[in-house]
Amino acid sequence: MHELSLCQNLMDQVNELARKHGARSVSSVKVQIGQLAGVEPLLLESAFTIARAGTIAEQAEMITEVVAPIVVCNDCGKESEVTPSNLLCLACGGNDTRLIRGDELILARVELVVDEDPQTH
Amino acid sequence: MCDTCGCNITDGNRHLLTPPKGRSSLGNSPAKILNNLLLHNDQQADLNRAKFDSKGVLTINLMSSPGSGKTALLEATIRQLNGSLKIAVIEGDLETENDADRIRALGVQAHQITTGTACHLDAHLVEKALDHLDLDELDVLFIENVGNLVCPASFDLGHHRNVALLSVTEGDDKPAKYPVMFRAADLMLISKTDILPYLPEFSPDRAEGCLRNLASKAPALRLSSKSGEGLEAWIAWLHSELKSYRNARQQHETVKPNVQPEGRMLHRAEPEIRFVPVKKSA
Repeated sequence: MHELSLCQNLMDQVNELARKHGARSVSSVKVQIGQLAGVEPLLLESAFTIARAGTIAEQAEMITEVVAPIVVCNDCGKESEVTPSNLLCLACGGNDTRLIRGDELILARVELVVDEDPQTH
Repeated sequence: MCDTCGCNITDGNRHLLTPPKGRSSLGNSPAKILNNLLLHNDQQADLNRAKFDSKGVLTINLMSSPGSGKTALLEATIRQLNGSLKIAVIEGDLETENDADRIRALGVQAHQITTGTACHLDAHLVEKALDHLDLDELDVLFIENVGNLVCPASFDLGHHRNVALLSVTEGDDKPAKYPVMFRAADLMLISKTDILPYLPEFSPDRAEGCLRNLASKAPALRLSSKSGEGLEAWIAWLHSELKSYRNARQQHETVKPNVQPEGRMLHRAEPEIRFVPVKKSA
């Protein structure tokens, strides 16, 4: 939820990177969205089309990658990739687990269009 | 969701969207300021919590679907406590004073927040409501959030504990369907158990199982505000939370609800950067 404000935050980071590397434009932005982040990929994509307007990333495509929750079991120490509604350890079935992935929203990759001269970036 | 329809803009935080007088709105566009809404919310939430802590008031955020019996639970709680704890209530609804009127009818101070279209309370709305309440000598403040299993989970109000209600007329798989909400709960209350005999399809054990599947250690209590069944355990939980809270305050500490704010934050890890070189234009 609250996809537009998250997108604004993301655009700030993207614009900063583009400026830092002297990019002409941004061609793609890849984000990883945890299934427990409370963020809906389709809504983030549509918010992105609003947030990118008038910025250096105006032509950029957003690529969203959904990240399944990963828990570590406090009992047996094993890591399991699980589903949002079942965060139990797959190895021992225990419910004393902690979430190490799957509640995040991460800017994973930015593709920048730059001038061919390597000294500019 | 909320920003898509604009409903995260409430009367409490609307001022954050209005450019200050004397400055050009160009350099301070609504979109730019919207970016900071959650940050502003969290800052206000910390101020609210400091205010509660200075008065030693344990503040509990009640969340559920509409119609799960939040107000009925408060009415039953007031009757059961019979003045043994001093409480006050902030009510959140889109419209009407109805819920606050129900609380006041029992001799307890209440303030109604009407959010208009917003589907949740935020820290600024709560701050405004505090102007209408006397926190002195108070033991517990209940904030009855807008009935909604999605957005309220994302907004810190400055409270200390989250309680999520699940009534037996809803599906027993609600915690599985709304994991972000139920993971945030410090206590789950299965309400309206007096009508369980008519609802063989609802299994309290299955509901609790769905909560455990979220690796939640929060207690799950069953109660009926109407028959009074199970209210003692809920009151005991309240007393025990109040005791832990007061112990924390003696150490000049506070307690925070079991929310997972990291989830909605954009992590500041360095992204991979790929360059697409193009020929320099002359």
